[in-house]
Amino acid sequence: MTEFKRPDGRKEDEMREIKAKVGIVPNADGSAMYQSGDTIAIAAVYGPKKMHPQHKQDPKRGVLRCTYNMNSFSVSERIRPGPSRRSTEISKIIEWALEPVLDLDKFPNTVIDVHVNIIQADAGTRCAGINAASMALAHAGIPMKDLILSISVGKLDKTVVVDLSKEEEDFEEGEGATDIPISMTSSGDLTHLQLDGKINSKQLKKAIEMARKASKEIYEVQKKALKESINLE
Amino acid sequence: MTKSINTTPEVTIKKISEYLKINKRFDGRKTDEFRELIIEKNVSNKAEGSVRVKLGKTEVIVGIKADVAEPYPDSPDKGNLMVTAELLPLSSSRFELGPPKFDTIELGRIIDRGIRESGIIDVKKLVIKEGEKVWAIFIDIYSINDDGNLLDAAGIGALVALKLAKLPKYNEKENKVLHDQHDKEIPLTDVNPISITIHKIGNKLIVDPTREEEDASETRITIGISDGVISSMQKGNPVPLKDEEVFEAIDLADKTWKELFKKIEKIIKSK
Repeated sequence: MTEFKRPDGRKEDEMREIKAKVGIVPNADGSAMYQSGDTIAIAAVYGPKKMHPQHKQDPKRGVLRCTYNMNSFSVSERIRPGPSRRSTEISKIIEWALEPVLDLDKFPNTVIDVHVNIIQADAGTRCAGINAASMALAHAGIPMKDLILSISVGKLDKTVVVDLSKEEEDFEEGEGATDIPISMTSSGDLTHLQLDGKINSKQLKKAIEMARKASKEIYEVQKKALKESINLE
Repeated sequence: MTKSINTTPEVTIKKISEYLKINKRFDGRKTDEFRELIIEKNVSNKAEGSVRVKLGKTEVIVGIKADVAEPYPDSPDKGNLMVTAELLPLSSSRFELGPPKFDTIELGRIIDRGIRESGIIDVKKLVIKEGEKVWAIFIDIYSINDDGNLLDAAGIGALVALKLAKLPKYNEKENKVLHDQHDKEIPLTDVNPISITIHKIGNKLIVDPTREEEDASETRITIGISDGVISSMQKGNPVPLKDEEVFEAIDLADKTWKELFKKIEKIIKSK
């Protein structure tokens, strides 16, 4: 295999620079910002609060409701404000990614709203959103078994890399780009897995290992941001 | 567990009104005093121009995009302008999901008229080929935290973002907008419209209400003004205003414009 060079000079297993901050939306019960390179996501949590309309209440457990929304100007070509097929699907993916670590049994008849907003997009927006949401839920004081760590891994031609940028996602040489957004608990259980592209199982195994390694770093970032938010108060 | 409250209690509203009778506000401000204004430039790098505006705890992000489009049939010699607002559920437990509600639509329209009617955008210079191709300017407003007066925060954001924005390059032969390469500034005239909203509580007029004060507000009037020249107004809510109150509001808006514009100019010039 020839030596592959990433457009921004990163090593194969090198993530973009991460910034994280907790407590950015004063109105919310919990909130956080997560930035990975040029991708910036914010998340706010409201709840648990009584579910309305009443017929949607579950007497056995609380409901997690996530929304994912991109600012119209967060991408090169303006996207029309409001929900789309893409945002509807990603909203559900975020719910599925986060729900396993929440103890919703403790909050019957309630809803926990998690709103994710993308301020600036350079690939990996759902992963940044999930990381922001994970911190926001913890910040809101909702009992969690674990944090959720999210990272996009992928393959550029034949090389497995971590944390694809937009430029890399658009890579077309050879086998092109494969994008694999993954979310997991700190113990490594996968709560979200998607894939677009072309890959064999051996390469996928390597990609997941790479994601697992990256998740350790993200875990530390999330914990640090949460601790800093407490020191400030 | 949750601290999100949807309405301001009646007793708080009463207290706000009583305090104002002796010219006092909960946060110690004078009736004509704005909260601290913080503006961060270029907060979203794919936008043609973008800003974050904070008024106390209220926060909005305003971004500008430009594209080449067909002109409207009734203005073949002018560029297009569109202002949209999204009051995100992220920013307040009051905002719900779903199709835009009246407040969202009104906010976008008030800011739209404040910008459009002032003539700050030299729309004739946005024409690429008359009747066929013009620049379309989109100003999009996102609420991040609502602690009252999103309207004025949005208006300030729209003005600053417009002044910072650069049009993308346009390849006329291939009819392609090169969104990643920026070129000239948006053609602007020398007016600087700011939409300033005056609220009436009891017999007092105030500027820059907090969320609680906005709930206590009986009526409001938004004045789009630039250096003493009014180019848009909208009175909101059913309680009437007297002539002298309207003119008092205009004087207040004019004075506020001078204070705000001084700050805005400084921020625009800063690196």
